[in-house]
Amino acid sequence: MYGKGLRPLSIATVAMLALSLSLVFFYAPLDADQGFIQKVFYIHVPLAIMALLGFVVGGGFAIAHLRSGDSRWDAYSYVSIHLSVIFGVAVLITGAIWAKASWGHWWVWDEPTLVSFLIVFLLYATYYPFRYAIEDRERQARYASVFAIAAGAFVPLNFMAVRMAEQLVHPRVFATSSGGLPGEMMLTFLCSLVAMALLWLTLVKFELAAKSTSGQVKRLRRALDAPGAAGKSRIAPEVS
Amino acid sequence: MLSLLAATPALPLDEAGKYVAGAYIVFVVLLVVYVAIMASKLQRIERELKELANFAERDAASAGEDEREEIRA
Repeated sequence: MYGKGLRPLSIATVAMLALSLSLVFFYAPLDADQGFIQKVFYIHVPLAIMALLGFVVGGGFAIAHLRSGDSRWDAYSYVSIHLSVIFGVAVLITGAIWAKASWGHWWVWDEPTLVSFLIVFLLYATYYPFRYAIEDRERQARYASVFAIAAGAFVPLNFMAVRMAEQLVHPRVFATSSGGLPGEMMLTFLCSLVAMALLWLTLVKFELAAKSTSGQVKRLRRALDAPGAAGKSRIAPEVS
Repeated sequence: MLSLLAATPALPLDEAGKYVAGAYIVFVVLLVVYVAIMASKLQRIERELKELANFAERDAASAGEDEREEIRA
């Protein structure tokens, strides 16, 4: 069910990633201020946007789970958050590389954008121990959904707080009074953003398909094993 | 391919080049690690499915033998 449409989506993702990389290195002009290092922008910012959006989407799925009680929504929420945490790791590492090249430091603690993203990332890093500390599957899903909603609401609030912060070492390139990005850079950035969005979606679908198949195999194992349930398992134990 | 490479502008791979390359390599490495982990999970599922299919076939075969013995009796 989850694997439906995965092949065309994967092809579209690969094509879009190839197109965006070509635009980044062979079409977008060099930044007058930062030069070649600004190319990191086209991977760092789309990754950050998708990570933060993924956290919010995970919260949305969690609301659907609490409203309907359908465990599928919990799986959507879990996978969205999981992928966003992975994207978050990439954001922190690419950001640190950019900071080192640009500012001469791997990390700057008095920069609100960096610290706020780290706070959001660490908040979601607690999602896994929080979730798996609860053994009962239903309670686990319910509590994880409450966490996903609360943390998902924190993400836009955090973003707004950072935008209102006075410290602006981190460049603001969208919707600025000076006009923002030039056309070629904006086109390249938008292509990169679409590529990252497609990648996120493909990986979410991929992981959901794997999780669903694994669940079905477990159900099949239980069904086949049922007649001998009283005694020893008739099938070899599950491979961990 | 060579003519395409010749036509493309040269990339200014000076001091910044290694940082840019590093950032993109980190992204690719993370992606490859994720895909490798997922591939190992899929291999495990495939192994389990094979095992279950073998078990189901053996079960069906033994059920068929039992039925034949009952008919003979």
